Amino acid sequence: MSDIISSAYVRQDLLTERPAPVKTTGFIGLVRTRLFNSPTNILLTIVGALLLWFTIVPSVKFLMVDAVWTGQDRAACLTENAGFTVGACWPYIQAKLPQLIYGFYPEAERWRVNLTLILAAALLLPLLIPRLPAKSLNAGVFFFAFPVGAFFLLHGGGITGFGLSWTAGLLQLFDDSIIGAGQALLGLSKTSAIGPLLWVVGNIVVLVGTAIYWLIFPLTWLRDQLQGTGQSVWADFATTAAIVSLIAFVLGGGVRTGGRALISSIATFVAIAIVIKLMGLDHGGLPVVATNLWGGLLVTLVVSVTGIVTSLPIGIALALGRRSTIPLIRIFSIAFIEFWRGVPLITVLFFATYMLPLFLPGNFTVDGLVRALIGIALFTGAYQAENVRGGLAAIPRGQGEAAAALGLSWWKTTSLIVLPQALRHVIPNLVNSFISLFKDTSLVSIVALFDLLGSLRASFSDPKWSTPSTAFTGFAFAGIIYFIFCFGMSRYSLFVEHRLNAHRRN
Amino acid sequence: MSTEARKPPAQIALKIRRILGGKAGWNGVAVQFAFAAILGWIGYEIVSNARANLENQHIAAGFGFLRNNAGFDVNQTLISYTGSDTFLRVFVVGLLNTLVVSAVGIVFATVIGFIVALCRLSPNWLLARIGELYVEIIRNLPLLFQILFWYLAVLAALPNPRQSISLFGLSFVSNRGLVVPRPIGESGFEAFLAVLAFGIVASLALRIYARRALFERGQMIRIWPYVLGLLFGLPLITMLVFGPPFSFELPQLKGFNFAGGSRIIPEFVALTLALSTYTAAFIAEIVRAGILSVHSGQMEAGSSLGLSRATTLRLIVVPQAMRVIVPPLTNQYLNLTKNSSLAVAIGYPDLVSVFAGTSLSQTGQAIEIIALTMGVYLLISLLTSAVMSVYGWRVSRSLGA
Repeated sequence: MSDIISSAYVRQDLLTERPAPVKTTGFIGLVRTRLFNSPTNILLTIVGALLLWFTIVPSVKFLMVDAVWTGQDRAACLTENAGFTVGACWPYIQAKLPQLIYGFYPEAERWRVNLTLILAAALLLPLLIPRLPAKSLNAGVFFFAFPVGAFFLLHGGGITGFGLSWTAGLLQLFDDSIIGAGQALLGLSKTSAIGPLLWVVGNIVVLVGTAIYWLIFPLTWLRDQLQGTGQSVWADFATTAAIVSLIAFVLGGGVRTGGRALISSIATFVAIAIVIKLMGLDHGGLPVVATNLWGGLLVTLVVSVTGIVTSLPIGIALALGRRSTIPLIRIFSIAFIEFWRGVPLITVLFFATYMLPLFLPGNFTVDGLVRALIGIALFTGAYQAENVRGGLAAIPRGQGEAAAALGLSWWKTTSLIVLPQALRHVIPNLVNSFISLFKDTSLVSIVALFDLLGSLRASFSDPKWSTPSTAFTGFAFAGIIYFIFCFGMSRYSLFVEHRLNAHRRN
Repeated sequence: MSTEARKPPAQIALKIRRILGGKAGWNGVAVQFAFAAILGWIGYEIVSNARANLENQHIAAGFGFLRNNAGFDVNQTLISYTGSDTFLRVFVVGLLNTLVVSAVGIVFATVIGFIVALCRLSPNWLLARIGELYVEIIRNLPLLFQILFWYLAVLAALPNPRQSISLFGLSFVSNRGLVVPRPIGESGFEAFLAVLAFGIVASLALRIYARRALFERGQMIRIWPYVLGLLFGLPLITMLVFGPPFSFELPQLKGFNFAGGSRIIPEFVALTLALSTYTAAFIAEIVRAGILSVHSGQMEAGSSLGLSRATTLRLIVVPQAMRVIVPPLTNQYLNLTKNSSLAVAIGYPDLVSVFAGTSLSQTGQAIEIIALTMGVYLLISLLTSAVMSVYGWRVSRSLGA
């Protein structure tokens, strides 16, 4: 040992401490490494700071510092009266807030809107938090029961029948149309060159129509009997409940395993009965508020939620159709998807507003809001179809083949094996589509519906509040609302994406 | 005692079944018949209802109305148009206006989008955050909101023509729009155009020749000095010989408005601004994703081959990034074209505004007009997707080779 220590190449004394390395973490480190590390970067930093100085500072000044907070009319927001260059005119927003949220919804009935929004939030929040249980029940209530309840809450009105009479009425309408078509063909066959062929087809169609007439005769007869009784809604309700529960019981496996289906069916009907009784639907329900009185954020939310709820089933059906091997269904799905994706939404809304009424029977008028909703549902459905298709394509073939090896039918394979996985994969894409749908709802203001943007635009023309800063204030307010909703949704989509890819992180 | 292989069963029947009914076989055929019957029934209902409704409203179906006089004015036309022209001409005017605003919007959107993408990728922390802020704000606000914001708030707040903001005395910005100098063709115009066309063709030929020389003989030819000479030097010489190709008519303030120059209507300015800034946010994300998709090893491999940084970027990184960027970029261009239909909200005379708006309310020919309008957009998007599928096929072929 001693000779090693005495060797010339072994240092005998400690080195002096070197200075600590340049700090690369924290704020100082950030400034050193990412802001001022080279002449170019210094220049870029200065440019960026100037950019911020000329955008953020005036915005903050406009919204907060120079803003007028109280006042009764435009006089408060004029430079002469305030004594300084006036920024945002917040009293204008205060005065117009009811219009921006409810439109012309009668003041006495606004609690219905609030109640609907609270219900929606109460149903939606647990659906969005992954940790909470009972997702399928929650989703079922939100996607099926809530829209119906919200309709009767917001629109009002009651019902005169229930499932049985609706089914009977619908089938009768369908049957009448078939017989009408057959008779039109028979009429054509007298003058057409291919008369005999048309005659044969027409007769077949009429025959089918007549057969359907006799097939649904028990239903229509039962309906007429029920309408005769004093309590037609409740009689109809009881009959429908009995029939549906019986069918559920038989399909669920009869005496052996059908008990569960029977119980859930009865529970559903009891819940429906409670809702009908609570809202008094059997004798008129709440006072009707026509949709032309709706407006503001209410319309924006109604349109976007309806679009979200209706476009998903349409999208799933189209996506499955597009992947089907049956030629006609595949061709139809492709044509349908490509058509709606190829045209701008505004032409779709024009189509729904001006063309759709022409396609319906003359005595059949569709509400303006409903027309826009139909257009938006078809349009968004086509986009959702492409999202869902992406998810379906991501599922390995082996999944379907394994299901087939277990002897599952196509329906069971799709609904139990493929779709649940595919939909989980594309939740972020679906949410992104919902964001663009939410933004696109602003287009309904072009077809004379007053959504948030439409109400805002209408409020600009009020002479009581016309000041130079009114428009900027209004846009700032609406912009903040839109931003909160869209930004919230996009963060949620990122969160879900992160969660879904948890196994891929390292 | 030899066992011969059994013949395979006849395939024709199976094949027919597969073609007619897909994997579901004869069940599929039955489903198709039911589906066709339902479609036929819906079609019949639509036709018969439409016929009855049109009869009630006393509207004659058909495209004959296109030859009638329109009788309304349009405030921006690329081709000559007066109120006494036909609806067909209105259609063409609207279509051209749509195409113009889309083309201008695409150019600006691409430029802004690339700049924002570079900001987001920049090593400078502040610039990256600014780019992020831009993208988040723009993407989370509806486009219609932005169009109305520019039109109703910003442009309306500009001063009137008498106090307009002057840009170097050449252009003037006011609430009546943007007035710019108007080019007027002079004597040297034809020669200038001819030389310019020749320059472009010759440069392209030179490029093809240089590429062939590189690939076949391994010979590098530096062509950019020649291209520069052809594209800029030659026209400059022509200008000196034949005189200037055009002169500019400067706008002058006369009374309450401008005389001379070309006026760009405020609707166009607002629409272009909103469309290009909105689409730019999406383009920025696409470009960023494309550049990030190229593995950093590519850069290192390039420098290990002895290529300079610029050459590596040009020959290795950009072509690979472009393959990722181009398809969604085209999609954004298509979106911009379709979104230009929001012009109807501020009254810019595009196809939807003058044709599906004004003409529809004047004639009531809803079915024909909306079908034509939708058809135009559908045609544009189908053509684009056809071009893109050819591109995708070429890319996949070059990848496979």
